[in-house]
Amino acid sequence: MALLNFERKYRVRGGTLVGGDLFDFWVGQFYVGFFGVTTIFFTLVGTALIVWGAALGPTWNLWQISIAPPDLSYGLALAPLRDGGLWQLITVCALGAFVSWALREVEICRKLGIGYHVPIAFGVAIFAYFVLVVVRPVLMGAWGHGFPYGIISHLDWVSNVGYQYLHFHYNPAHMLGVSFFFATVFALSLHGGLILSATNPKKGEPVKTPEHENTFFRDTIGYSIGTLGIHRLGLFLALNAGFWSAICILISGPFWTRGWPEWWNWWLALPIWS
Amino acid sequence: MKAVFVATVALGAVGAVFGVLGVLISGWERPPVDTKQVGFRGVGMEQVTNPREEAKLIAQDQLPEPQFPVDPGSEPASEVYQNVQVLGDLGVDEFIRLMAAITEWVSPEQGCAYCHSEDEEFSSDSLHTKVVARRMIEMTRHINANWQTHVGQTGVTCLSCHRGQPVPQNVWFTDHGPPQALGMAADRDGQNLAGAAVGSTSLPFDPFTPFLSNDGTIRVASTQALPAGSDRNIKQTESTYGLMIHMSEALGVNCTFCHNSRSFFDWEQSPPQRVTAWHGIRLARELNNEFLDPLTDVFPDNRLGPLGDVAKINCATCHNGASKPFLGISMLPDYPELRE
Repeated sequence: MALLNFERKYRVRGGTLVGGDLFDFWVGQFYVGFFGVTTIFFTLVGTALIVWGAALGPTWNLWQISIAPPDLSYGLALAPLRDGGLWQLITVCALGAFVSWALREVEICRKLGIGYHVPIAFGVAIFAYFVLVVVRPVLMGAWGHGFPYGIISHLDWVSNVGYQYLHFHYNPAHMLGVSFFFATVFALSLHGGLILSATNPKKGEPVKTPEHENTFFRDTIGYSIGTLGIHRLGLFLALNAGFWSAICILISGPFWTRGWPEWWNWWLALPIWS
Repeated sequence: MKAVFVATVALGAVGAVFGVLGVLISGWERPPVDTKQVGFRGVGMEQVTNPREEAKLIAQDQLPEPQFPVDPGSEPASEVYQNVQVLGDLGVDEFIRLMAAITEWVSPEQGCAYCHSEDEEFSSDSLHTKVVARRMIEMTRHINANWQTHVGQTGVTCLSCHRGQPVPQNVWFTDHGPPQALGMAADRDGQNLAGAAVGSTSLPFDPFTPFLSNDGTIRVASTQALPAGSDRNIKQTESTYGLMIHMSEALGVNCTFCHNSRSFFDWEQSPPQRVTAWHGIRLARELNNEFLDPLTDVFPDNRLGPLGDVAKINCATCHNGASKPFLGISMLPDYPELRE
């Protein structure tokens, strides 16, 4: 792909975390860097292991392929490859690839002299995955508590783990996570709608500016968060969605073994009405 | 503008106070926890328990020492005592031994006088408790003889439910719910209140009357991918969910004890415990209808529920929070006469 003419000046040397100048180059559009190499390595190895696991399994149906974690009886030990060991290696590769990707983003931020908002945001997603397949299994004492790598099978896991706590909608952190997901989508759709409305005026009229955008929301709800603020809000909502999702599964098991509806008994027992 | 800001902050502060309160006083648990895998690895078929709570449950669930064994006695109880209607075939000594056991199981504080009036002959049926007790002995034998699909060879005794209390701790009456508005708002189908019987959920608060007295249809899942052939609706599903929460709480297990939630209805994918539970529902229903409900007129008013119905059985009556009451240890070898 041809290089856009203004892109050349941003392709500056330096800013790397590891490897000095060794990997400080681009391949076509893509910055490589040390972490680009490790990303590729973990991705290829991990994907190959998934394909190997699929080959060992009973089906090539994409929906049904599943790489399951070990039986709980293996605890936190390594399991034979066929019996969950592949899952363990794939988990290492996945984390390796995700973290490499985040650090590659950090290097690019450093080159450009911009903030680390994007890698931090991606870091929250990695944190959620890490909690799911490492922190919670370790707290519960077995790798078998991780979720299986399969399109349908991971949904079975989600469903059954939810029903381990009788009614997961009563999980307070799940409530927060779900609310933040909805709020994120809502905010994004309002923002997208607003920008498109300002940039698509009636035929023959000039494109409107943030003054119009702000005025629209001041007229509607008395307040406009502003052009920069909406992006702060968006990031806040989105990161909270991922963060509370991680918390909601982290507390299920290690810190609560009963039905989630029971958790709310403190509310019923408040001296205000009890 | 400023007012909006102040209001928002105030609301947020109130929310934060309740949030912190919830985090502080809600009785969190801690690792390590016990987990038991009940299905193929990785699909979340697991029982999760707190070993500290489990130890308490096990401590509570210890059987008392059995009464000293005796020779049955030379004569049948019916020839020695009058008005022995259900245990007359027992030897007289065996009969007395069982009476002592029942006193220990049901009315250890009140003693014999709980059923046998102190001012009258032992044969007198003047106390309602004696009439009820007689029927309950018949019920116990009926369960042990005819409901091995649920109680297996372990069986039950009076202790299974009574545990030293004249009225078992976990019984239920038809729940009419609190008073509420009429007209359009008259029927909320028992929903949107935190129901103790349904594990503090807002599911219909009386899951027992429709399913453990009446013959309500519990199965709501469609057997097809698309619910084309099903006439069940969400409201009915919530009633079923209420009953299922009760069963989970009563047995101290989660839904995966009996179901693979990827397909609740499918017996092929369900753990075998679901079969036992299926029979248990029928057992409770039969006992309520055949044994307890007919005793309604025998009980004094203060023993009946707010709607005048008799105290009835649900899963918790016997299970008391354990999937196998008294750790699944049978008392029947010590009291074979309760097997009929």
